Amino acid sequence: MKNYTIRRILQLIPVLFGISVLIFAVMKMIPGDVISGILGVEATPELRAQLAAKYGLDRPYIVQYLDWIVGVLHGDFGESIRTSAPILPEILSRFKVTAELTIMAAVISWCIAIPLGVLAAVKRNTFADRFVRVFALLGVSVPGFALSILLILVLSLAFNYFPPLGYVGFFEDPLRNLQIMILPAAILGVSISGSVMRMTRSSVLEVLRQDFIKTVRAKGASERVAIFKHALRNALIPIITLIGMQIGSLLGGAVIVEQIFSLPGLGQMTLTGINQRDYPVVQGCVLFIAFVYVLVNLVTDLLYAYIDPRISYD
Amino acid sequence: MDHLLEIRNLSIELPQGRRKPPVKLVEGVDLTVRKKQNFGVVGESGCGKSITCSSIMGLLSFPLSLGQGSSIRFQQGDGREVEITGLSKAELRKLRGRDISMIFQEPMTALDPMYTIEEQICESLLFHASLSKAEMHDAALEMLRKVKIPRPEQILKDYPHHLSGGMLQRVMIAIALINNPRLLIADEPTTALDVTIQAQILDLMNELRESYDTSVIMITHDLGVIAETCEEVAVFYAGQVVEQSDVNTIFHAPAHPYTAGLLRSVLSLGGAQQELYTIQGTVPTAGNFSVGCRFADRCEHCMDICRNRAPALSEISPGHLCRCWLHADTPKEETA
Amino acid sequence: MKRFGQILRELWRDPMGRIGMLGIFLVILMAVFAPQLSHFGPEKMVGLPKAPPSSEFWFGTDNYGRDIFSRILYGARVSLQVGIIAVGIAATAGYVLGLIAGYFEGWVDRVIMCVMDIFFAFPSILLAIFISAVLGRGLVNTMIAIGIVNIPVFARTVRASVISAKGLEYVQNAKSVGVRTGAILIRHISPNVVAPFTVQATLALSSAILTEASMSFLGLGIQPPDPSWGSMLSEARTFMEQAPWMAVFPALFIIVTILLFNILGDSLRDVLDPKLKL
Repeated sequence: MKNYTIRRILQLIPVLFGISVLIFAVMKMIPGDVISGILGVEATPELRAQLAAKYGLDRPYIVQYLDWIVGVLHGDFGESIRTSAPILPEILSRFKVTAELTIMAAVISWCIAIPLGVLAAVKRNTFADRFVRVFALLGVSVPGFALSILLILVLSLAFNYFPPLGYVGFFEDPLRNLQIMILPAAILGVSISGSVMRMTRSSVLEVLRQDFIKTVRAKGASERVAIFKHALRNALIPIITLIGMQIGSLLGGAVIVEQIFSLPGLGQMTLTGINQRDYPVVQGCVLFIAFVYVLVNLVTDLLYAYIDPRISYD
Repeated sequence: MDHLLEIRNLSIELPQGRRKPPVKLVEGVDLTVRKKQNFGVVGESGCGKSITCSSIMGLLSFPLSLGQGSSIRFQQGDGREVEITGLSKAELRKLRGRDISMIFQEPMTALDPMYTIEEQICESLLFHASLSKAEMHDAALEMLRKVKIPRPEQILKDYPHHLSGGMLQRVMIAIALINNPRLLIADEPTTALDVTIQAQILDLMNELRESYDTSVIMITHDLGVIAETCEEVAVFYAGQVVEQSDVNTIFHAPAHPYTAGLLRSVLSLGGAQQELYTIQGTVPTAGNFSVGCRFADRCEHCMDICRNRAPALSEISPGHLCRCWLHADTPKEETA
Repeated sequence: MKRFGQILRELWRDPMGRIGMLGIFLVILMAVFAPQLSHFGPEKMVGLPKAPPSSEFWFGTDNYGRDIFSRILYGARVSLQVGIIAVGIAATAGYVLGLIAGYFEGWVDRVIMCVMDIFFAFPSILLAIFISAVLGRGLVNTMIAIGIVNIPVFARTVRASVISAKGLEYVQNAKSVGVRTGAILIRHISPNVVAPFTVQATLALSSAILTEASMSFLGLGIQPPDPSWGSMLSEARTFMEQAPWMAVFPALFIIVTILLFNILGDSLRDVLDPKLKL
């Protein structure tokens, strides 16, 4: 297992490298002059040259890239052009918010999706099954922001409930924190749950068709044992892969939900960076999010290699 | 009753939606299995032999169901008779794996890839006996030795994908016999195996028969397997039993034209004939069975009555049943 | 291999397929005939601001006094345009890349798939936002950005189909007899790719519409005053208490359109490959 883990980590390196190159290249392609953005169009050439030198923008691209990437590896993501504050500390503190949102949403979606998916598979073609399928279809079709707005509308008009504003860290005031996070996390979780629900249902159905389920029943197992001990364990493998990919959708969806609920997360930081043309910030944020996503996928890969005895470690 | 298993008038239906009546895949099947008997069920693919035997344990897969009037009487270990069709789900579960066991055709996919061999053998014990972990381990080990698996200690710790088809089938037999069942249903257990392995497995089963008190229902399409292992044989065609007798009679003096045809097809492989014998025509599909004998349009000896009236399964000589107008007394009134 | 007419017929027979086809047809009608159907045009301020739905303004007016119904119709145009063109870009490029990668394998395959994996390493909305930051905002750039983001998923789908088609016996037979590569690609492999590819295209359409709505919502896609359901929803946020209809209608149309494409995609999948039937 250890060798397998090491190998998978090594396989990541070209991907991480490629991501950083892509981000850097894209950032360089953005039209619009950083310098003009800061100094205005009337700046004198000398002033421009000075600023360019300060930010190292006059050097060849490869040098700029290496400079940046070496800095990143040392934990230095550079400074914001707007605020001159170092970027990484802010990313990390904001990441706590996004991470909490994402994790809560993920847990909520699993708690909804997996039981309902199993139910639909087991009670195939009954009312429960059809209900779950419709619910899943809606889940897949309703975008997070549309759901947020409609829900806020309904809650405010019908129940006079307005989502609390402002943010409080979990460790400062857990209750208040949960109050603030529950609605955005629930919305995000529900909008993801559709596809996990469908995958669970089809995966469990597929497994229930397998021969070994017949054997288990022939041994005298109850349906509950057949499903939870045998079917679910086998069905979990494609589900885990899907969940890994879902984290990406969650991270993306978090960007929007943070905007709607004014949560000080990484998504909001990225958007602000784009709107303000604060390129180092955008660069750092996107890199960080991509890295996190890649890491999460690595973890899910390792997880199902651990669960499935058929995967060989050499 | 002094028989182990008595199936009477078994029929299995497949629903066709709300507007059409269900199709009977199997109809009017009568089978009697005695204690410690090797009973063969032979027929082509799709003739209904597998689902008939699955229904003995109540393991019909959705949406199939037993037709009205089906009766399956079974004598349990303690001597009590039960009507299987009337049992609750919980009672059926007690029967499965303990009084009646089943092994299947594809050993490579018959076991859960997520659990070790030991866990899966002990699961049978878990459902039906209360033993300590150490006792279960010893019992599993002992079973593996009985099915002649080399290095059983190591095999217990392995996962199914580490084992070959032959080994897996031995494990399946071990699982099936560990609780000393009265009846073992073997659904084409050697079809998916190499010929040499096939012979080994059949030999193993024959040997085990000596030490166990178990009757075996051997389902197969392979007459060779029947010849090697069975005492009594029932021949299935198009969802019905068309002939039943002891193995010698079936092989040397078959009464039903279908059985005779089957034998001729097999024997022609070894003989010095020019052509392979085949039974002309094809098996009718369920729902398209004729009103008369289902074999009529393929039969060399077909008579008028065969097309119009379905023959019943009757005893044409002691211990020999046949469903054919050639041997049954034709009814007095006839329509040509 | 089913003929096109038969596919349409089976799709029609499935009640969900029928709903999908009819619904999308209606949306297309809305978009195509927007100028004729809308009384006032999407940008003219023709009524009292924030007026509730009435017989004159079927969906009410927004904070600038523009007719929401007209804006919804023109918004349909935007959504469909972006969807079709973005998916067109993605499908074409993805198809070619997937075909090459799958058929030739070896280092060509590894290079192409490595690049695709890099794209896959980003959450898709983030990538779309990121690319549009380069290209700029507006209709065309949004189409291109969403198109680029969807290329990898098509490439992967096509590649998988090609690789499994290559393993089919009749393809190997054709090769051994000496049929030219091009002919094999067109005559033998492509038919096997068509089914998953088409299903993917339908689902990509729903995803593209969703992404465009999200981006416009964030202010990055279609720019005002051009109407897009996403940006309409974003504008409606400030006025939710006073004029909830400003939010309700765009939200509803976004949801329903995406839903219709998903329903159609599901039914299409059932028709083209019943083995995958949910």
